[in-house]
Amino acid sequence: MLPFDFDYYKPETLQEAVELYQYLDQQGKQPMVFSGGTELITLGRIDLAYTEAVIDIKWIAECKVMQVSGDHLLLGSTLTLTQIEEANLFPLLTKTASEVADHSARGKITLGGNICARIFYREAVLPFLLADSQVVIAGPDGGKVAAIHDVFHEELKLKRGEFLVQTATESRFIRAPFFSVKRRQQWETGYPLITVAALKIDQELRVAISGLCPFPFRSKEIEAAINKSGQSATVRVDGALAVLPKPILNDVEGSAEYRLFVLRNLLIDVLAALDGARFR
Amino acid sequence: MQSHTITLNINEESHIVTVRAADTLLYTLRGKLGLTGAKPGCLNGDCGACTVNVDGWPMKSCLMLAVEAVGKKVTTIEGLKKAPIQQAFIENFAFQCGYCTPGFIMNCHSLIEQHPDADDRTIKEWLESNICRCTSYIEIEQAVKSVLKKK
Ligand SMILES: Cc1cc2nc3c(=O)[nH]c(=O)nc-3n(C[C@H](O)[C@H](O)[C@H](O)COP(=O)(O)OP(=O)(O)OC[C@H]3O[C@@H](n4cnc5c(N)ncnc54)[C@H](O)[C@@H]3O)c2cc1C
Ligand code: FES
Ligand code: FES
Repeated sequence: MLPFDFDYYKPETLQEAVELYQYLDQQGKQPMVFSGGTELITLGRIDLAYTEAVIDIKWIAECKVMQVSGDHLLLGSTLTLTQIEEANLFPLLTKTASEVADHSARGKITLGGNICARIFYREAVLPFLLADSQVVIAGPDGGKVAAIHDVFHEELKLKRGEFLVQTATESRFIRAPFFSVKRRQQWETGYPLITVAALKIDQELRVAISGLCPFPFRSKEIEAAINKSGQSATVRVDGALAVLPKPILNDVEGSAEYRLFVLRNLLIDVLAALDGARFR
Repeated sequence: MQSHTITLNINEESHIVTVRAADTLLYTLRGKLGLTGAKPGCLNGDCGACTVNVDGWPMKSCLMLAVEAVGKKVTTIEGLKKAPIQQAFIENFAFQCGYCTPGFIMNCHSLIEQHPDADDRTIKEWLESNICRCTSYIEIEQAVKSVLKKK
């Protein structure tokens, strides 16, 4: 139960949602896009989130899409992680998403909600970073389709009143060999110490990481080091560790030093799984 | 609107109820409809004591607003009438204090309906959503498996 009141709206079209947001914003209602809604429900209860107007976007048809269109897989932002797992149209996403929270909670947590979450893990974005996906965004300036790399820098950079509608991912990435592992401090559910997702395409490895820094990322520098030919796995992993973004998290889940230790081993696992031929 | 008069389909019955938009389904079930089977625990999505079924899937009712349940079929422990998993919990001594039991049973019930051929991995994945502080886990596993085997 939340200790404050808000108005609840459930628009049925993108345009209605966009207009509602602008109208409520002008009224000073601090409107909040609500997909699975677990952020508002859990953080609102302890006074860490507040709104006077909830715009529940999961009744909008475009946000519920799950279909292959030509050479692309379209996934609506309000699909729950469970719906995505059960359909299993993007195995790397299935694997990465299946590590978020727990099974029952994943029946409420949505793809878009996880990608846009305030909590910094946002693990569901990793497969889309690896697959050079595109994102469909609705907003006051009309809709737009953007490369995820142009709009996701540590977080999805949305302008006021914009929201994520869908992701679009090319099928060649969906079929590519992958590796995805979430290491926790203990137990088998909970926040990550580190989550690593990797994919191999055109003989090159791609790596994206959550839980190492206070944001999820994919790094060209790390990939350049990992893909260096003619070098041993250890040298390549050392090279990757030398070019990590900063800061490295140092919190109750694990010290920075421990995270780097775990990451080193995970990167060696990535090489063993996806680059066996060159793994020494 | 901050308050809504909505119709909820719970245990195959329609209930008309006035709720704050900010009321969770858990609060509405217990506080407004007298359905106290779903238990409040963490209120944060972590413990599973509040689990009900929504359209046949497990749902932590502390993570859902009552207004989100409009048009959906909600089943609470009160709506299970001699479901095989209830009997199996008794036969396998799958509880001690019983506080976590309604949540566990609703999760298990949904698992049996959705994946009658569930393997160990699937059983584990689903049941990790619930916590029992009396540690009846082995017995709960036996209870689920006894029903799955009969299917
Ligand atoms: C029990 C539990 C365990 C959890 N464990 C994990 C975990 O292991 N790893 C992890 O990463 N997270 C975890 N979380 C956090 C969870 O992933 C986030 O709360 C996430 O926001 C949930 O998605 P949602 O669909 O409920 O989002 P919502 O609460 O609906 O939205 C989250 C945020 O994104 C915004 N938003 C939502 N959809 C859109 C959109 N389409 N466009 C623009 N903005 C949008 C909202 O305004 C809000 O600020 C856990 C949460 C719970 C309750
Ligand atoms: S009370 Fe809902 S999960 Fe704990
Ligand atoms: S039987 Fe007591 S908490 Fe599970």
